[in-house]
Amino acid sequence: MTTTATTVPATDALPAEVKTDRLPLLLIPALALLALPLTGSFSTWVTLTFAGLAMGMIIFIIASGLTLVFGLMDVLNFGHGLFITLGAYVAVSVIGRMIGYVESPSLMRNLMAVVPAMLIAMVVVGAVGFVFERVIIRPVYGQPLKQIMITMGGMIVGVELVKVIWGAQALPLPLPAAFSGSLLFGDAAVEKYRLITTVVGLLVFAAMLWVLSRTKVGLLIRAGVQDREMVESLGYRIGLLFFGVFIAGAALAGLGGVMWGMYQQTIVPEMGGAINVLLFIVIIIGGLGSVGGCFIGALLVGLVANYTGFLAPKVALFSNILLMVLILLWRPQGLYPVVKR
Amino acid sequence: MMLGRLLSGDLPRSRVLTAVLIAIFFGLLLTPFLFPGARATNVAAKICIFIVLVASFDLALGYTGIFSFAHTMFFGIGAYGVAIALSTLGATWKALAIGTGAALMVALVLSLLIGLFSLRVKAMFFAMITLAVATAFQTLASQLSAFTGGDDGLSFKVPELLTSAFPLSPHTFRGVALDGKLLCFYLVFAAAVVLLLVMLRIVNSPFGRVLQAIRENEFRAEAIGYRTVVYRTCSSVLSALFATLAGVLLALWLRYNGPDTSLSFEIMINILLMVVIGGMGTMYGSVVGATLFIIAENYLQDLMKLASNGFSGVPFLRDLFHPDRWLLWLGILFIVGVYRFPAGIVGKLRFSAWKKS
Repeated sequence: MTTTATTVPATDALPAEVKTDRLPLLLIPALALLALPLTGSFSTWVTLTFAGLAMGMIIFIIASGLTLVFGLMDVLNFGHGLFITLGAYVAVSVIGRMIGYVESPSLMRNLMAVVPAMLIAMVVVGAVGFVFERVIIRPVYGQPLKQIMITMGGMIVGVELVKVIWGAQALPLPLPAAFSGSLLFGDAAVEKYRLITTVVGLLVFAAMLWVLSRTKVGLLIRAGVQDREMVESLGYRIGLLFFGVFIAGAALAGLGGVMWGMYQQTIVPEMGGAINVLLFIVIIIGGLGSVGGCFIGALLVGLVANYTGFLAPKVALFSNILLMVLILLWRPQGLYPVVKR
Repeated sequence: MMLGRLLSGDLPRSRVLTAVLIAIFFGLLLTPFLFPGARATNVAAKICIFIVLVASFDLALGYTGIFSFAHTMFFGIGAYGVAIALSTLGATWKALAIGTGAALMVALVLSLLIGLFSLRVKAMFFAMITLAVATAFQTLASQLSAFTGGDDGLSFKVPELLTSAFPLSPHTFRGVALDGKLLCFYLVFAAAVVLLLVMLRIVNSPFGRVLQAIRENEFRAEAIGYRTVVYRTCSSVLSALFATLAGVLLALWLRYNGPDTSLSFEIMINILLMVVIGGMGTMYGSVVGATLFIIAENYLQDLMKLASNGFSGVPFLRDLFHPDRWLLWLGILFIVGVYRFPAGIVGKLRFSAWKKS
C-alpha cells in the first residue's frame, strides 16, 4: 500500500464540519431510561445496563470489520463467524500454556497472560483472514450468489479444521482471577469483566474513529465506501485498501472471539456460526457500511437482549428481530444509511 | 417419445448422465429387495425426499438466482404440519390431508410475505433477511413446546395402511415382508418422482424460461416487459411449496419430527452442498447431488474409518480422516465445485457430451 500507507494527518483536507445526524445516538439513553421503570429496582437496572453494554461492545468489535468490508466491496462474508471461533480457540491454546498466570490473583500476571493471548489471536486470525480473502473471496468479486455460497463453504471447511486441530468437544476458557467477581456501587453489582469489556470496546471504537476520520487511510476508506470507482480513478488501489480492511476486520473479529469466549467461559466450534445472525442484524440496523451505525446497533442489540432477557425471557429470543423490524420501519436503510453513488 | 413428453423435453443429453439417472431410478425403486434391511431402505427414502427438497431449492437458486436461507423453514413447516395434525387428530387420512393443506397454506402466506417485502432488494439483503427469519422460526418451533413438542419433537402414528403392522400379503418376497412400511416407501418414492416431473415441467415451460432470463440478466428481462418482481416472487413461492411437500414426505416416513430433523441450519448447508455438487440450474443435478451426498453421509464415514486406521500412527492425518470429519471433505469439494464446475456434475457431463458430438 505504497500510496496509502502515509498516515499524514489530513485534518485540514477534511471539510470543516459536516452536519451530523445525532438522532440515532439518543436511542441508547432513551432505551435505557425506558427500561428503568420496567425493571423495578435501580440496582438491577445498573447490572442489566452494564451487561448489555458489555455484550454490545463485543458484538461491535466483531461486526465492525464486516460492515466496512461490505461497504467497500459489497462483499458480505457469511464466514465471518469462523474468525470468532478461531480467535477463541487460539486464546485457549495460549492461555492453556500459562494457566498459572491466569489463576494467580495478581492483576499484572493476569494481564501477562491475557494480553499476549489476545495479540496472538489477532495475529493468527489476521493471517487466516489473509488466506481467506485470497483463496475464498478474491475469485468471486461482484458475484453475490457465488459469494454467499463460497463464504459459507469456507466457514464449513474452517470450522471442520478447527475440530481437526482442537477437537469437537467444548473447551473451557477460564476468566483470569483478577477479572472475575463484581464491584459494588451502592447495592448494584457490576461484574468486573463487563466493565473491562466496555472499556476495551470504547477504546477500539475511539481508535477506529480516529483512523477513519483523522488519517489518510481512513479518508480513503470512507471515500471508497461512498464511491469506489472515483477513488480508483484518482489512482488509489482500492483492492489493496479492501484487502487491508478485510484483514483488520478479521483480526478484530478474532479479538472479539477471545472476549466473547471469556464472557461465556466455554467455547464450542459452532460459537461463531451461532453469532452470525446477530452480526447481520447489527449491521442491517446500523446501515450497511457505517461504523457509527454499527456501534449504535450493537449497543442497542446488547441492551435489548439483556432487558428483555430479564423482563420476558421468552420474548428475548426474538427481541433482535423485533428491534430490526422497528428500526427498519423508522429508517428503511438502517440508522446511518451510507450514501452510495 | 413418450419419455420425452414425461421429461418435458429436457432430456439428460449425455450418455453417462442417462446411465447414472437410470441407475439411480432403478436403484431406489428396487432398494427394499436388493439390499434388505432397514438401513438401506431408510437411506433410499431419505434420498427420495431430499431429491424433492434440493430440486425445489434449485428452482429458486439455480433457475431464478434467488438465495434463500429460509428453505428449511418451509421443509419444517411441511413436516410440522403433518406431525401436529396426526398427533392431535389421530392417525387418519383425513388428518394427513388437513395437515398437508394447512402446511401448504402457511408456507404460501409466509413465502409470499417474505417475497413481496424483500425480493425487491439486493441478493445479499434477501439472504440476510431470510437467515434472520429462519432463525426466528427455529427458535419459535423449539419454544412452543405445547404445540410442537419443543426440542424433543413429536412422535406420532401414521394411518395403519402405512405401518409394518399392516400385512399386504401373508407371503414374503425374497425374504422381504410385504407390509405397510414397504407401501409407505413406495408412496414416498412415487410422490418424489411425480413432484420432480412437475418441477421439470415448470422449469421447461415458458414461465421457466422467463425465470432463467431473470437469472441471466434481470435488467434485460425487465426491459423486455416481464415484471421481474412478480416472477421472482412466484418462483420463491413455488420453491417454498415444493419444500413443504418434501417436509410432508419426511414426516410421513420418519413418523417423527423435531427441530433437528427438519429445521436445523445443518440441513440448509447440506442442501446447498447437494445442489452445487450435483449442478445448479439442472433438475437432474438435484437427483445426482442428493444421491451422492446422502450415500456419502451414510457410507463415506465407513470408508474414512479405514483411512483413519491406516494413518493411526500419524497424529494430524489421523484426525483429518476421522469419520466425523466427512463434512470437511465435502466442503472442500463444494468450494472447488463453485469455482471450477459451477454447473456441477451434471453440467460437466453434459458439456463433455456436447463437445464430443
